[in-house]
Parts: sequence; C-alpha cells; structure tokens
Amino acid sequence: MSYNKRVLYIDLTSGKIETKPLKDEILKKYIGGIGLGMKLWLDNSKAGVDPFSPENPLIFITGPLTGTLAPSAGNSYAAVSKGPLTEGILNCEAHGFFGPDLKRAGYDAVVFTGKSEKLVYAWIDDESVQLIDAEHLRGKSPAETDETIREELGDFYIRVSAIGEAGEKLSRVALVINDEYRAIGRGGMGAVMGSKNLKAVAARGTHDVNVANLEEFKEFVRTIYERMKGPATRKYRTLGTPENVLVLNALAALPTRNFSQATFEGAERVSGEYLLERYVKKIIGCATCGMRCDHIALVPEGEYKGATSRVEFECLWALGPLCGVDRLDAVIEAIRLCDHYGIDCISAGNIVAFAMDLYENGIITKKDTDGLDLSFGNHEALVETVKRMGTRKGWLGDILAEGSMRAAEKIGKGAEKYANHIKGMELPGYDLRTLKTAALGFSVSFRGACHLRSGAYSPDMKGKVDRLKIEKGRGKIVVDGEDMYNIVDSLILCKFSRGVLYDGYKDMANYYTLATGIAITPEELIKAGERINNLARVLNIREDKGTREYDTLPWKIMNVPVPDEGVAKGAVVSQEEFDIGLDDYYNARGWTKDGIPTPEKLKELGLDDLVSIVKKKIGSKK
Amino acid sequence: MPTIHEKKFVSGDPSKCIGCTVCEYACSMKHENTFNPTKSRIRAVRLNSFVNLAVACRLCEDPPCVAACPRDALSQSEETGVIIVDEDKCNGCGWCVEACDYGAIQLHPERKVVFTCDLCDGEPQCVEWCPEEALDFTTKDIISQKARITAVKKLFQEALKSGEK
Repeated sequence: MSYNKRVLYIDLTSGKIETKPLKDEILKKYIGGIGLGMKLWLDNSKAGVDPFSPENPLIFITGPLTGTLAPSAGNSYAAVSKGPLTEGILNCEAHGFFGPDLKRAGYDAVVFTGKSEKLVYAWIDDESVQLIDAEHLRGKSPAETDETIREELGDFYIRVSAIGEAGEKLSRVALVINDEYRAIGRGGMGAVMGSKNLKAVAARGTHDVNVANLEEFKEFVRTIYERMKGPATRKYRTLGTPENVLVLNALAALPTRNFSQATFEGAERVSGEYLLERYVKKIIGCATCGMRCDHIALVPEGEYKGATSRVEFECLWALGPLCGVDRLDAVIEAIRLCDHYGIDCISAGNIVAFAMDLYENGIITKKDTDGLDLSFGNHEALVETVKRMGTRKGWLGDILAEGSMRAAEKIGKGAEKYANHIKGMELPGYDLRTLKTAALGFSVSFRGACHLRSGAYSPDMKGKVDRLKIEKGRGKIVVDGEDMYNIVDSLILCKFSRGVLYDGYKDMANYYTLATGIAITPEELIKAGERINNLARVLNIREDKGTREYDTLPWKIMNVPVPDEGVAKGAVVSQEEFDIGLDDYYNARGWTKDGIPTPEKLKELGLDDLVSIVKKKIGSKK
Repeated sequence: MPTIHEKKFVSGDPSKCIGCTVCEYACSMKHENTFNPTKSRIRAVRLNSFVNLAVACRLCEDPPCVAACPRDALSQSEETGVIIVDEDKCNGCGWCVEACDYGAIQLHPERKVVFTCDLCDGEPQCVEWCPEEALDFTTKDIISQKARITAVKKLFQEALKSGEK
C-alpha cells in the first residue's frame, strides 16, 4: 500500500528522534496532507499555544499518492501548524520534487517540536536522521540554501525545503520554498520554522513506494495523463494563471491600488499575453506531472535586466495592479526578491499597497519612510519596500514584516481601514465587492483570506450566480467547494489539475483505493471533506479565533463602493447581505448561529473527542 | 548486430525536456513494479529552470562499459545493441560506471549489480509516458535529419509563410 504508516518525531530542543506507527483507521479518516496534518497537530499541541512557542508543532505531511506516478499528486507535501498571521490553524501545500523524497525516506509525516539552541537543518536520509549546524546558511535565500546543502552532502538528487532571511527574523509573512520556486506559501509557516531555529529540511529517500493495485492504478493514471493534454489544463499550459488579469479586469474584479479601484488602466501591460510574449523564457513543471505550468520569466533589458522568477497571477497582481505598478520588469524583480528573502508575495504585495495607501492619505509621510516616495505606481518604491520588509530594515520594514493587520495596529490613526485582510491574512486577487460568493467563501475560510479553501470565486466568474449579491443558497455552494478542496489538499492534488478529474469524488475515491488498498466510496470521501472542515473550525475555536466575529470582511469591502464606471459601479457588500450569507453558510454546515459546530454534528462525523471544546464555547455564548 | 546507423536508442531533446522525471517513474514501474527513481535506468537532470535533460544509454559502438568490465559480465546484444548484464558475474565493482561518459550505467540500490536501459523489448516506456514528447526512440541518422529540417525551417520562416498563401 502507498502509506508508510509511520510518523517521524523530531524534538529540536533535546535532539530526540523517534518514529511512531499510524493506524489504518486514522489514515482513512483523515486521508493525508492537511487532514492528517491537522489531526496530528491536534494530538500534539495544547490550547492557546503561541505560534512562535517551541510547544507549537510544525508538521510536514505527504499524501497517499505522493511518490507515485499520479500526475500532480505524486510530487506533493503539505505543512500544518498554528499560523503566525491568523493565530489559528494554518495549512499549506507545495508540489515540486521534495515531497516524494520525504515519502521514500519512509514517513507519512514529520512532526517538529521544540526549538534548537543553534540554527540547524534536518537531514532525513532514509532511516538516518540528523540535525546539522546551519550557522553558515544564515541569511541565505532558500535557493542558495538548497544548493549549498546538496553540495555539502554530496548528492545532486537531495531535495531541500528551506526558509530565507525573513523566516529567520520571524516575519509573519515568511514562507518555505522547495525546489527553487515551489512554496509552502501563505500565513507565515516560514516564521514558525524560524522560531524553531530550523533553517531547512533536506531529504533523500531511496525506498520503494508501492501501490495496492499496480495494473489498475497504471491504467487510471494513464487516463489522467491523457486528459491533461486536453482542454481542462489548456490555460495552465499556455498563458498560465496570468490569463486572469484581463478576465478579472473585464469583470471589474481586479483589485487596483489597494482596492481603491476594481479595474486597472495598465492591465494590458501586465497581462498574461504581454508576459508570455516578452518575458517568459521557459515553461517547466514539477515531478510526475503532465501539465507543466511554471512560467519562468526573465527580464531581458533595462534596470532589472537578468531578474528571473516564476510568475503566477496572484504574485503578478499583488505586486503589480494592487500597487498601481504597470511594469512587468519591476514585478518580476519584486517576485524574485520575495523568493530571495522568503516572503509570501500575495501578502507582500498587499502590504506594500497598504503602505502606499497610507502614504497617499497622509497617515504616514516621508519621515516614516526614510525619504521613500510611496506613491501608487512607483516601481522603485515597490522594490525597495519589498527589500526592507524581507530584511526587517528600518522602522517601516520592521513593522510591515508583521503583516498589514499588526502594522495597522502599531501605526494607529485609522490605518486599519486600509489593511485588507481576513483573520489577519491578506486578500488574494479577486475584488470581493464584485464577486460576492467569493466574499462569503473567503470570510469563513479557516486559514483567513484565501482563494484556495473553496474556490468560491469560480461560480461568480462563470456567471452561475448573480455575483453582485449574496442570497440564500450561497452557503451550500461554499460548503461544497470547501469539502471538495479539503480532499484535494489531503490527497494533495494540485488545484490546477482539478479539471481533469471529470468525475470528481468518484475519480478521487478510485485513486485512493487503488493506491492504498483501503476501500473508500465517494460518499465516504465527501464525509471526510466535511470532517476535515469541522476539525479545522474546532481547532480555530480552541484557539479562540473560530467564531462568527472572526468571519469578517475588510473595511473597504463593506464601506467603499467600487468607483469604476460600468456594471459594477457602486458595488459594496452590505452588513445585511453579509449576515444573510453567514447565516446561510452556518445553516448549511449544521453549526450554531455563532458559527460553532454542534456536538451532534461532531458525533455524526466521528469527532467525539472535540465535543468538549464546542460545549464550552456554546456555553460561553449563551 | 545492427549497424550504428540502424541502432535505435532513447534520445532526449533538451528543447522539450522539462525535467519532470515522469520517465524515471515509468521506468521503475515497468522494470521493478514499483515507483522509485533511484531504480530508474533513465535519469533526468535539471541544472536550472532553463536547462533540463533526461539521459539514458546511447548504445555506443565498442561500448567502453563492456571493455572496462574485468569479469566479462557485460556484453552488447547482437540483435539490438543494448548492454546485457550477467548478474551472476557482476560484483558491482563499478569499472563500467567510471567508463561511461553519460552516467547511463548505474549501480542498483538493492541488487548491488549494475543496470542500464534495455529498451523495454523495443517499446521504451519512458518514451510512451513522456508528457512533453521530449523522448524519442530513434537512430542517430533520424536525429540529424530532424535537426536539419528544424534548422532550415527556422532559416526560411518568412518564405514558408508566403508559400502557404
């Protein structure tokens, strides 16, 4: 079977290393990836733990398909911990080449606890696990760290997942990067790693990964590879996600200048079409994937000549239109810098745009910025601010590295109205005033503002619903999206490949059963998706971040109507319709009006061990 | 023995290869009934994002691996040109590994003997599975032909366009 049924525990304080077995029952119930990760986090943490405390476990998890030929799922891993931005549960997934080596080393998950006295990296070489001094890697980028470790351990095929300077310096938007461009991106996982003095994890796995039914698995995988050549992945293979720039701009859903507008007059110059024609040098892909989606861009001339980065829509949007910047060469350089220091470019772009908005409105001045002109559209200021944030340089760089919510609290003077975040996590590139199913979906997402927790922007963009209002029925749409994505992230399939699973849960159940030999039905998988969402919600409740008052929208989304001429002019989310949406969502989930899962719902899902947490919370709300 | 002109082998095209390692997984699936790139007879190398290539045995004339073996454990197939390993004679000494300029013959991680591409009885699975069509089961003559055609097409792009009208 494709599970190792084994968890590796590494205590960074004592250096103690041990493995513990995993039961089939737990594996079927939580699948792998983020589901299994959250279960392991629950079992290994205490309520109210600080994200930067040695007591906060950091968990790397593979999936049941990791290490196999399954396209987009064979190459992945996930990470779970308590997140520095939201102070609630944080999940991330990354693809590339690192995950399979961790799996082949013989583990389904690695639980890091404690804090090392000195900066170290973990070297997981099959059964041999060591902590190695990493002082010589301090300040190095994830890519430099990767290269240095492979050189010093003497094997080109070792895979590395590492933090940069921002993670070492506990920036709450710090990320973890493997294989040069693949990220455990959002929510500050890099800072959790930094708080443990863990610079990197290097893995080399030489053991076999076996599936239960090789003949049928091979046939099924072959079908998926064939489907990947078709229309379901066309976008990712051609223009890539930057195709969204012009699509969203036409819908008045492209947040511009920190959500001051919903269309960008410079959209053509930062479009996917423009990018592909002038900057994309090669399109590559991850291990075991038939899609190839990594658009690697190179600036051929000018002041940013030679800058290379992997460009996706979210990064391009956040560091481009959101900052009013219409120069792709500067955007490519800014993305490169985010990867270099190890910060999440969605949050980074939002934070620069937030600072620019404060500057334009006189809340901060040149005195605060050490002379930097933070006007919207100033590409030099964009690049300089990313550098300062990545290194925590100066007053501005230091507070911005905390994320926009905490920076606004420190600045005061009404700055919080300009900070576009949900639960502390900055928004991705969809204007929630003109995509209102997305507004509901993002507000209830357990890791904060996130387009990857339910994909709720999709029915809005496809015209399946009236995107300019929230009404009854949207709750169910969000619930269905969430449950599906929980399974996608527990099997750790790439969301770009979701379109090739024509039969949805049926395909995923087939995948699971053929690989693990544990029979699962589509209905059981849907239940598992629901279980994982309820688990995440209760974890947030345990950390006091999971009730209705935390399911919010940014001030601008509810108070500043879209000014752009056209169908969306005047769009804003009212408290009234937002409440209708939340009530509808909680109702669809079987939760109380305060957004708390009921004891009955938890028992139905086999989460009896969580009942005491919700009973306490429901009692306190009465 | 087929002549050097007729010998077909697995050739990677660096302009198409993206280093995705699907070939490695397909190879271990075919030969070892498992997924494990360290047991693959073809290995992909990604030097950086822009430079990727999968490398397998090139069925050399007078193969240096065969010449290097002090135990006569290696021979070249008369029929196809593939390198045949006599696992009873091979003791994993690795002279052949040193002799190969391409890293195409390797020490097996478990069996402690060397192993290399056997062309899957004429249907190389890496070629079948490569999603980028970057691998070809072909001869050196066909490779040079294709390269010439591509070069001429590039040189005469404009003329080809007007020819279409």
